[in-house]
Amino acid sequence: MRVMAQMGMVMNLDKCIGCHTCSVTCKQAWTNRAGTEYVWFNNVETRPGQGYPRRYEDQDRWYGGWTLNRRGKLALKAGGRVKKLFGIFASPVQPELKDYYEPWTYDYKTLVDAPLGDDFPVARPKSLITGEDTKITWSANWDDNLGGAQDHGHLDPIVEKVRRESEDKIKFAYEQTFMFYLPRICEHCLNPSCMASCPSGAIYKRVEDGIVLVDQDRCRGWRQCVTGCPYKKIYFNHKTGKAEKCTFCYPRVEVGLPTVCSETCVGRLRYLGLFLYDADAVTAAASVTDPQDLYDAQMDVLLDPHDPRVQADARAQGIPEDWLDAARRSPVYALAKVYKVALPLHPEYRTMPMVWYVPPLSPVVDLLRDQGHDGEDAGTLFGAIDALRIPVEYLAELFTAGDTERVTAVLRKLAAMRSFMRGISMGGAPDEAIPESVGMDGQSMYDMYRLMAIAKYSERYVIPTAHLEQAHDLEELGCSLDFDGGPGMQDSAPFGEASGRPVPVAVDTFNALRDRQSSDTLAEGTSLRGRVNLLNWDGRGAPPGLFPDRHTGETDSPDRGPAPDTLAGAEDKS
Amino acid sequence: MRAPGAMLETEPGGVVVLNTWDTVLWGVLPYVMVVVLVGGLVWRYRYDQFGWTTRSSQLYESRLLRIASPLFHFGLLAVIAGHFFGLVIPMAWTAAVGMSQEFYHFNALLVGGIAGVGTLGGIALLIYRRRTTGPVFMATTRNDKTMYVVLTAAIVFGLWTTLASVFEGEHGHNYRETVAPWFRSLFIFQPDIAAMAAAPFSFHLHTLVGMALFVIWPFTRLVHAFTAPLHYLFRPYIVYRSRDRETKGRGWSAVGTPDRDTRNR
Repeated sequence: MRVMAQMGMVMNLDKCIGCHTCSVTCKQAWTNRAGTEYVWFNNVETRPGQGYPRRYEDQDRWYGGWTLNRRGKLALKAGGRVKKLFGIFASPVQPELKDYYEPWTYDYKTLVDAPLGDDFPVARPKSLITGEDTKITWSANWDDNLGGAQDHGHLDPIVEKVRRESEDKIKFAYEQTFMFYLPRICEHCLNPSCMASCPSGAIYKRVEDGIVLVDQDRCRGWRQCVTGCPYKKIYFNHKTGKAEKCTFCYPRVEVGLPTVCSETCVGRLRYLGLFLYDADAVTAAASVTDPQDLYDAQMDVLLDPHDPRVQADARAQGIPEDWLDAARRSPVYALAKVYKVALPLHPEYRTMPMVWYVPPLSPVVDLLRDQGHDGEDAGTLFGAIDALRIPVEYLAELFTAGDTERVTAVLRKLAAMRSFMRGISMGGAPDEAIPESVGMDGQSMYDMYRLMAIAKYSERYVIPTAHLEQAHDLEELGCSLDFDGGPGMQDSAPFGEASGRPVPVAVDTFNALRDRQSSDTLAEGTSLRGRVNLLNWDGRGAPPGLFPDRHTGETDSPDRGPAPDTLAGAEDKS
Repeated sequence: MRAPGAMLETEPGGVVVLNTWDTVLWGVLPYVMVVVLVGGLVWRYRYDQFGWTTRSSQLYESRLLRIASPLFHFGLLAVIAGHFFGLVIPMAWTAAVGMSQEFYHFNALLVGGIAGVGTLGGIALLIYRRRTTGPVFMATTRNDKTMYVVLTAAIVFGLWTTLASVFEGEHGHNYRETVAPWFRSLFIFQPDIAAMAAAPFSFHLHTLVGMALFVIWPFTRLVHAFTAPLHYLFRPYIVYRSRDRETKGRGWSAVGTPDRDTRNR
């Protein structure tokens, strides 16, 4: 067993109102640059819908993710290493810009600059790719709120599949429509197929927190990762020629802040926390034969942070104590494994995704309410979940590789929580029969309610900070005299100043202090060799001494830069 | 190295006068080229990892690319293999294994011709695509245009030497007695300038343009060839990296790296 920590996310889909705030703030933070106009690290899809890029879930066309080969071994669906190298000159399966959309801006200047005339000036749409006038035909969320569903609702690959299998119709007529929103980021998988597809080895998973990143210096633009990722969450920056992806806002997460999408979510539906998992068990878990068993296999890979054996192994792997504490308090672990209400997106891709979803009960509740039933009565809700086959089948295709029982079980738990808490709010005694009917007890159902409905900031986000100090061996606590040249010889590096190993700050300061205390003149001219204090520099011109002179030995030349008082005077005059 | 200006006999009985130009072009320039190529690659690799990419334009257009790019690249790989056989393997070796001169040349011209025409067709199609597809043309830098001129010239002149041999038949120039010995002599730092000087103009032109291509190579998008991802065949699928060690092995420290290095203690 090799215990590793993984930052994970859970999204409670019942709370998503489809406002796209997460997408917009993410875009402002990460992809508002040239070359990433079409890139949405976070996007919100209306389901049923085609998603972004269009029909990305149709793996018969895109060959994303993993599959089992004839010997039952895990293999990339788009082909093995040799096949990938032969296809490198023109990637055979590659979404084009038209599968995303052609990004555009508007010619706003015309609105201001147009000469006086009879007509209102119009800001024409201009393509951000060609710079020419363009006709807007599609965008990242063109089918938002089922817009145009009569025309292309059937293009949703899952609708296609459910229809094929049930020989039934998902009607897009208003009275029978169901709809929910699916916000998507990179899944930061335990078994990422993008990483396996990268010929350069530029995509890596961080040992400390499992965040999957693209090394921008190592990426050579072979673009196989775009094919490899079944969620199509790796984008090709067409200006830099490098692949880019969601970073899980690692600079924020490292200092204990939630990701931008989580922080700005108005529905407060996102949860962030740690999973502990057994890295040695991942490949075997991803290789189980029946796709519907992948959920259980993934559950088994996640380790119980309360188990003393797991804790001992984690400590042996160097996972710090505060991380173990965070793992015990992790909301994502609670929702995924303790309450078992969060499900992975498309487990059948065999990537072991680490962004989880609580499936929405609201399509069922809405329907009941619209039909005049009590949408909060446990019996009615249970009956409706069983009767409303189509939403359940659709959700099952998304979250459990088509296993409707699992989705039903989650929805029943949500329904039970709803009606159990309604009973308490109405002043009645807690009806223990309701939690028991879904295999829970009153206390744990109440705890689940607190986590999901009250969802305090500190309970939603349990993010341990990064331990940078580990890597640097508790900086400067070691012997600070142990470096090239030794104390007092800091200018003796072989290729002049600043070459060789840097002088520890403590030694540098020690020498400067000694010079200042023991010399007859101001320390400025000699020991700091006329350097300018940048705090006092206004940025105009280059005052003498901005660039330090080379050390010339014993002689103290007069042009070494002025004393601080003359410099200050010069600045005042300028 | 023989002295410039010396009179030298070359077979079949012709006389070649070596002048200063010959020395510069075939004795000095190749080494300058190597210095620029190697130095430029090292410099670029150290200081411009971020710019080291294929700069693929497949996102804009893939219908033409799907045909043209493999045609060009696979053609080029065959051309490189052909150059290896022609320049590195001495004539004596092929003769020793019983390969007649006629057979060798027939093969070289047939395979080389096919590869060359494929490569030229590929790059022609790629340039056509680059010029006619709006977004691709807009993403084309001046650097790219220069590179395309030199690259295409190298291919065209190379193909010219090959096709010339086809039409001249028996009387064609045998580069394995001139260019190839010169090429090999470069590696032992005894450049056989006379041999190269004896080659016809078409070979001189092709060699010069080729050297120009290698000189600009490190400064163009062509650098991606030097990071051909052959290690993909051997590396594990899943790559773990420590957050704290990601700066190791670089020429500089990443933004945010603490300013004192104490890791090597």
